[in-house]
Amino acid sequence: MQPILQALNVRKAYGQHVALDGVSLDIPERSIYGLLGPNGAGKTSLIRIITQITGADEGEIRIRGEKLAPRHIAEIGYLPEERGLYKKMKVGEQLLYLARLKGLTRTDATQRIKAWLQRLDLTPWADKNVEDLSKGMQQKVQFVATVLHEPKIIILDEPFSGFDPINANLIKDEILALRDKGATIIFSTHRMESVEEMCDNIALINRSRKVLDGSVGAIRDTFRTQTYAVEGRGRLLVVHPDFEVLEHHERENGHFYDVIRLHAGTAPNDLLRYLIGQVEVHAFRELIPSINEIFIRRVRETMPETIREGELVP
Amino acid sequence: MDKLLLIFQREYLTRVRKKSFLIMSLVGPLLTVALFAVPVMIAKMSDSGKVVAISDAGGLFQTLPEDNDGLRFTRVSADLPTAKAEFNKTKYDALLHVPKLDLVNPNGFQVFSRKGLGMSLENDMRRAVEDAVENQRLRQAGIDRATLDNMKVKVELQTISLSDEGERSSSTGVSTGVAYACGFLIYIFIFMYGIQIMRGVMEEKTSRIVEVVISSVKPFQLMMGKVLGIAAVGFTQLLIWVLLSLGIATAMAGSMSPEKMVQDRVERVNSASVTGTRPAKQSQEESNKIVKALRQADLNVPLLVGCFLFYFLGGYLFYGALFGAIGAAVDNETDTQQFMLPVTMPLVLTFVVSQAVLTTNPNGPVAFWMSMFPFTSPIAMMMRLPFGGVPTWQLALSMLLLIGGFVFAIWVAARIYRVGILMYGKKITYGELSKWLFYKG
Repeated sequence: MQPILQALNVRKAYGQHVALDGVSLDIPERSIYGLLGPNGAGKTSLIRIITQITGADEGEIRIRGEKLAPRHIAEIGYLPEERGLYKKMKVGEQLLYLARLKGLTRTDATQRIKAWLQRLDLTPWADKNVEDLSKGMQQKVQFVATVLHEPKIIILDEPFSGFDPINANLIKDEILALRDKGATIIFSTHRMESVEEMCDNIALINRSRKVLDGSVGAIRDTFRTQTYAVEGRGRLLVVHPDFEVLEHHERENGHFYDVIRLHAGTAPNDLLRYLIGQVEVHAFRELIPSINEIFIRRVRETMPETIREGELVP
Repeated sequence: MDKLLLIFQREYLTRVRKKSFLIMSLVGPLLTVALFAVPVMIAKMSDSGKVVAISDAGGLFQTLPEDNDGLRFTRVSADLPTAKAEFNKTKYDALLHVPKLDLVNPNGFQVFSRKGLGMSLENDMRRAVEDAVENQRLRQAGIDRATLDNMKVKVELQTISLSDEGERSSSTGVSTGVAYACGFLIYIFIFMYGIQIMRGVMEEKTSRIVEVVISSVKPFQLMMGKVLGIAAVGFTQLLIWVLLSLGIATAMAGSMSPEKMVQDRVERVNSASVTGTRPAKQSQEESNKIVKALRQADLNVPLLVGCFLFYFLGGYLFYGALFGAIGAAVDNETDTQQFMLPVTMPLVLTFVVSQAVLTTNPNGPVAFWMSMFPFTSPIAMMMRLPFGGVPTWQLALSMLLLIGGFVFAIWVAARIYRVGILMYGKKITYGELSKWLFYKG
């Protein structure tokens, strides 16, 4: 299937500073795509090129195979990291204005605004000035403004950084519902753990270059380390050529917690069988690396020169 | 284009619906009228029913001076101590003591009063004394007052400017007045609404709405929509002011016609000025002359109105673009100062220079260059035009340069704007700004 959005070798520099250095991405339709990387990696620059706020110096963006053009504005909804609304404008009017800037007619926009305000319990506030709303309500209004024109591509820059937990969950549910209705969602964040369970695909960006991309499952598989955590009771003595104990912790009443790595060619069941013969097993699970750990490992492998103390860890 | 219109509408409607706009629209004309009416009224009120007692030891006043504008003179004892005692028992406003005097070198006049006298009362009394001394001297010299008045001559010069279109009579006084009025309006308008543009841009920037908006429209459209929308607000306000002022003026015409107001003002100015020794009748004539000149001034009105609208709008757009750029470059009001100065300096300068050079030598080299340079031409050219004699090629060149300047200003502003609106928390220097001009879109 043709990706809904492609970046081809995009390069962008601001004077001496190179913000994006030959970044290419394929974003499949109807997926949730995570654009991950530390602050200053170039994520926002890429988004601003996609939203046509700035242009790329080299390379191009394609939407369904077509070169990015002004008419695509109506297909993209963008919630920037720096969020805000006109403070002295009424909620309803403001949404109407923003929707019409995206090309909706007055009648269409009015209907959709009504529906969305109802959906997010904002109807009583439609005639209030934005500055009279609580922060949480303002965030909901901003979200409505992003999706009101039913964009095919929704770009959310650091979506959960400003939201309180209740609104964050509300927005998460809305995002999933929009995906199910056919939209493609792009998350951009430096807090990788906050979105990894939602994303189907991710791209890791560091120092203006793409470090890694693919589906979350495939990436995890590649970076599996055959490491398992074991909890149980008894005296565990591992003397076996196929396993290696990385960590061993004694707990109260003869309980223990161990981290064990399998050597090549050994299956987890082999380890489990061996353990059952020795101790009482309470828990056995694979230690899957988080995206954050994968990111750091990957950067260490590919760009060791960029690693300095504390710089990569968000 | 649709989007430009949407932005224009928003900028216009949000401003026009503000309470402050309504208040300013109503209060503005009242203030303008008050500016002219209040001094006249105050002057009238304070002068009414004043009585000056004269203690004439020198026998200067054979007859008491005529009552004038509610000012009355009365005679009290010639002996000063008695007069003082008498004065204390009355409610007279002042006691004028005329000592025994030497007509060649009259001296020693004294005025006693319970509270401060006020400039105009003092002037009136001085004039009365001077007239009386003059009359006595005339009588000594054997000259009749009427004979002297007949000998006085008054000449009026009709000024005519020679130009290619032939001769036109003009009035320097009226030209100066019109020049100032046009220049001042343009100056005020650029300042008031230019700064509104700057604030508007800064508001979008600090409230962080701008990134959402420019993901829908081009920064250039956003800026143009704002500049034009605010211009429309200004025009609306101006229109309301003109209509309301006319309304108020008409309503007041019954009790105080504008002509009477001008007369009153001139009279007051004359009598209050230090050299105001001329008789009141003369100032009356003077004011009649102004009114007459205003009526008869043969200005090229269509040209003036046309040019005024052009320079009014052109100057505003030129400066508006620059103010917009300043708003985009900075984060908060305090940082605007360093960029405001070079933009507002030419504006203030033109206005200051106009006093010294433009109106006194409207076709000299300074006036010429200032009316060409787009930073100064909106005001400078409008100050030259009422005097006539601006060659057509100069006017055309000045207009072309202003249009060119506007296009260039918009180009610069759009570039600064595009980069600046997304730049937060960074102190911007001129070096940085010049780099922004050459970033690729």
